[in-house]
Amino acid sequence: MDKFFDFELTGQLLNLDFVQKALLAAAILALVAGLIGPLIVMRRMAFAVHGTSELAFTGAAGALLLGLGIEAGALAGAVIAALLLGLLGGRESDRDSVIGVILSFGLGLGVLFLWFYPGRAANKFGLLIGQAVTVDSTNLSVFAWAAAGVVVVLAVIYRPLLFASVDLAVAKARGVPVATLTVVFTVLVGVTTALGVRTVGSLLVLALLVTPAAAASRVATSPLVVTALSVLFAEIAAVGGIVLSLAPGAPSSAFVTGFAFVIYLGCRLIAFLRDRTGNRAEKDTRPSPREHDTTLVG
Amino acid sequence: MSPIVQISRASLAFGPRTLWSGLDLDVEPGEFLAILGPNGSGKTSLLKVLLGLQPLSAGTWSVRSDRPVGYVPQQRAMQEALTLRGVDLVGLGLDGHRWGTGVRGLRERKRRVAEAIEAVGAGSYAKSPVGRLSGGEQQRLRVAQALVGEPDVLLCDEPLLSLDLAHQRAVSALIDARRRQAGTAVLFVTHELNPILSYVDRVLYLVDGRFRIGEPDDVMTSKTLSELYRTRIEVLRVGGQIHVAGAQIALCEDEPHHLDERVS
Repeated sequence: MDKFFDFELTGQLLNLDFVQKALLAAAILALVAGLIGPLIVMRRMAFAVHGTSELAFTGAAGALLLGLGIEAGALAGAVIAALLLGLLGGRESDRDSVIGVILSFGLGLGVLFLWFYPGRAANKFGLLIGQAVTVDSTNLSVFAWAAAGVVVVLAVIYRPLLFASVDLAVAKARGVPVATLTVVFTVLVGVTTALGVRTVGSLLVLALLVTPAAAASRVATSPLVVTALSVLFAEIAAVGGIVLSLAPGAPSSAFVTGFAFVIYLGCRLIAFLRDRTGNRAEKDTRPSPREHDTTLVG
Repeated sequence: MSPIVQISRASLAFGPRTLWSGLDLDVEPGEFLAILGPNGSGKTSLLKVLLGLQPLSAGTWSVRSDRPVGYVPQQRAMQEALTLRGVDLVGLGLDGHRWGTGVRGLRERKRRVAEAIEAVGAGSYAKSPVGRLSGGEQQRLRVAQALVGEPDVLLCDEPLLSLDLAHQRAVSALIDARRRQAGTAVLFVTHELNPILSYVDRVLYLVDGRFRIGEPDDVMTSKTLSELYRTRIEVLRVGGQIHVAGAQIALCEDEPHHLDERVS
């Protein structure tokens, strides 16, 4: 256990080139995941993200089998998944089941690919839970370009996307192409997910795509502040998790998800305490907020 | 003055069901038109046609304005946990349809959003999460959202729903002031005519594919409504208000709903 707090060893490891590359990749991933996360939470797409990441795993497993780069495989898998979900899950009522169907089939296919794969078992496991330290210069540049692409597209579509996410009827009335934006956004999510496969693994991508944004949504309301906090939380979880995992040589994703979870719990606690004091102060001065909770049947 | 909204020989049908046909309607700048009728008579669908969301089955329509049409949607509860403030909601009404980051002109944006919020008296809760506001508070922000773009045409779908009497008056007066000051044409779908009766120039009354257009005094009569509903309807005027009594009375329905609206 004392390895966990061996700061000298951690310091030495931080000087290593492959560790620095891993940290840089994690920081880039956290930036993109933190930016995109609040929109995922607003659009209630956590399960869709999970489904997309399982298909990224399938793509990566297929690439491993064929001897191709796992980034490219994960990217292909995630984008195909995103497009499938966009095409088949258009109606809100059956979106969840469509994701479940595609997710399980894709995961099964991935397992088959890995069974065929003759190489090291660690590579197989790594796709699911991540192997941050295997990032090299080639991966890193692919990584950086893909992340830059996501950020630029997001900057261009951000306002109409936010509009469509929070206020569908009025956005449609204003001529926002909501259906097209849904597909574009799902592809952005797919690319981000694919980026996460190497660093945190396909099973744990949610820890960076959803948890920081969910935490930020608890303590802030302005979309700008929520996004800034979400990026900050994602960076702390990703970079902090990897640094802490260095000395014990433990899987970094365990620490990344752990950090994210602790931040989430902290934010819930802050929100709880604030609501309690707020309610006491405002009691009897305001009507209850839900007096007209009429459900309109479509 | 030439009409800003023109609808001619228009009809709208879903499969075998014709909502209305042969509809000719011109709306002048600054005119306040109330659209009345029972559920399923195609009131909301008419607004959707003018928003470009619903193609006509026959006929033509046009809205002659360079600015986006203002739209107050039918009230529905927002997600309570939504991370959006009133100022953000109103701001989206101003530039939510634009691409790019919009970093330039932030000061001007802030000023216009603040003005619109002040005008509807929503200043005290504009920075609160919209999902936690009451229906009436949300609706005031909706009106601000529709007016912040200074539209030439304002389409309102049951904007007074879930507002108490004082707020109904306030919101109606606000919309009336806007059309008087800026010449905005107002098309106002409602099942409750009385709160806006003093502002209304003309009424479009839709029933089962039949319709009448005219001044409230001409349309809101026992004779006309009996013809529209094809049953005996009594229209009573009590103290400047209009009360309709009869077999299938649209004006007493409290739960408007859409047959043709699905979230996609």
